[in-house]
Amino acid sequence: MLWSALSLSLGYNATLVTLGSSLLGAAAGMAGTFLYLSNKALISDAISHATLPGLGLAFLMARGFGWDERQLAILLTGSAASAALGLYFVTLLTQKTRLTQDTAIGCVLSVFFAFGVVLLTIIQTVPGGRKAGLESFLLGSTAGMLYSDALLILILSLFTTLLLLVFLRPIKLITFDASYGETLGFSSRRVEILVLFVALAVTVLGMKIVGLILIVALLIIPAVSARFWSEKVDVIFLISAGFGMISGYIGSTISAISPSLPTGPIIVLCSFGVFLTSFIFAPQRGILAVALNHHRFQKTVHLTQGLLLVAQGQSIYEPKTHRLLRRLGYVRADGVATEVGNSMAAKTLLNERRWSHWNKLVRDSDQFDDQTVFSLMDIEKKLTQDQINMIDQGLVQKQQGQV
Amino acid sequence: MSGITLVSNRGFTLEGQTGQDAPLNIRGMTVSYGQMPAVYSIDLKVKSGSIFGILGPNGAGKSTLLKAAMGILPVVSGQISFFGKPLKEARHQVAYVPQRTSVDWDFPATVYDVVIMGLYPSLGLLRRISKSDKAKVAESLSKVGMQDFSDRQIGQLSGGQQQRVFLARSLVQQADVFLLDEPFAGVDAATESAIMLVLQNLQAEQKTIVVVHHDLSTVTTYFDHLFLINRQSIAYGPVGEVFTKENLTKAYGGKLGSTQLGTIGL
Repeated sequence: MLWSALSLSLGYNATLVTLGSSLLGAAAGMAGTFLYLSNKALISDAISHATLPGLGLAFLMARGFGWDERQLAILLTGSAASAALGLYFVTLLTQKTRLTQDTAIGCVLSVFFAFGVVLLTIIQTVPGGRKAGLESFLLGSTAGMLYSDALLILILSLFTTLLLLVFLRPIKLITFDASYGETLGFSSRRVEILVLFVALAVTVLGMKIVGLILIVALLIIPAVSARFWSEKVDVIFLISAGFGMISGYIGSTISAISPSLPTGPIIVLCSFGVFLTSFIFAPQRGILAVALNHHRFQKTVHLTQGLLLVAQGQSIYEPKTHRLLRRLGYVRADGVATEVGNSMAAKTLLNERRWSHWNKLVRDSDQFDDQTVFSLMDIEKKLTQDQINMIDQGLVQKQQGQV
Repeated sequence: MSGITLVSNRGFTLEGQTGQDAPLNIRGMTVSYGQMPAVYSIDLKVKSGSIFGILGPNGAGKSTLLKAAMGILPVVSGQISFFGKPLKEARHQVAYVPQRTSVDWDFPATVYDVVIMGLYPSLGLLRRISKSDKAKVAESLSKVGMQDFSDRQIGQLSGGQQQRVFLARSLVQQADVFLLDEPFAGVDAATESAIMLVLQNLQAEQKTIVVVHHDLSTVTTYFDHLFLINRQSIAYGPVGEVFTKENLTKAYGGKLGSTQLGTIGL
């Protein structure tokens, strides 16, 4: 059962739903990258909560006009319209008053959501309204999803993905340095609107699958997880899309097997799994790597300082340094250096002298490196043989000068 | 460009330029935050081929002036032209270097990624980055002495290196006039002289450079023309005429003690 679901052979509908949520996850991951990098993560929460009144109104209007009120396209259009209105209010409050964005988001979000809940409650009392299943938009459900619904989500997710890819350059530019981007002729306002539009589209499309309460997680968590793995925005963008896609894929698969499990929360928990893995295991930025690097660095500092003391014939007082040197067999228990220890100490001292001469050369020239290199690195691995020969000549001259 | 002397409507003597085609020409510009003018009624004509300093105390509106000229901040009133044209038509001739503290350096990008942004207008949305584009980036980086840092993550750069990267990004634009906002703030001495060398080389190529500056001790060696500002124009012209004790006292008021004036040789 699990395998047939994972390999997309659980029937046409289930397959389409899985594809739809995967692609939605990818689109959310991409849009979320830029929300996160421009510190606008919370705006997606405002968008999602502001969809609710539109959803209710669209349902009531469709009924009034005698249309099929459960048509997903109608409901999503209504949701999108009220989310756009909510976004407009957030922007208006931020620009025209002294309110900060998070305050404005808090106000708009709660009022819109309250209005939406009231509408939904009214709808429950309307004959046939209970069957409409509007409450499934809160937490998402793929059970009973129609072929046409899945197709709609699939196509629109693809469209928003393409939109982001086409405008990737201006988006990157404005996210990093909006003022400079303006001077190049890119409109930061238009780029902002584009990113918000994509976030809005993803939110509205995700309502059916993930639900409006949790969609913010799908926009933010993949992006935050991806940040652990790379230092290049293009790569983060793709990784985030991949993470979103995996979460959507696994989450919808699980909920296809056991329809009683809510799709949205499962997808979000999957993405949390991805986050946790990234947080712990990512090279460089993960906590394991950070702890390991710190430990290694500390060891190098103690070793270098200890060996320099040995080279200068001084005693080592720091217990940690002493222990380290003993363990490596550089000093005996009584603190006297071994033969290996002495030769290592001589090496460290030479390394130190070479570095300090190099730093002086760099300082004196207009050549530049304003980050002083400490003697913790092996100079023979950092500089070329020619440079080292030059340093050694300089050191010899200095010694002759002193004599 | 003949030596006709003009008198601006604020009464300052302008020399050297008659036409409307000055690299940067500002007339009657006022910019405000709320009801309070940050700069008020500024007239300024930057002489072509000069290294032009904009000098004034903290909060005098130096950066505001530059940002408004570049269209980043809206103006309440006033006209701005570059080479006689509005910014929109002269964009490719103008390069702006923002304060390095204005961006988040933890942004996931390498030095190369940042510098190539200067080529985005010519790259458009989807054109592939060609070998010659990459060569332009490499050339700019080597001009600022950062050729070995192309793949370096920008979060690992020192202040001076960040400033060099921003300068390199403006160099790839191959503009005719460069506007730099406090390029020497918080950078090391080696970077300061390296940047100055780049600017002097640009001047030798007939480019015009406008620099917002705050360090009084280097004014006479760095600039040939000077604009003193404290929300309003204080003085304006060749550095020898403008950089006087009287003008500085007007711009800085009591903030400038006689000892400070002494150390800068006035």
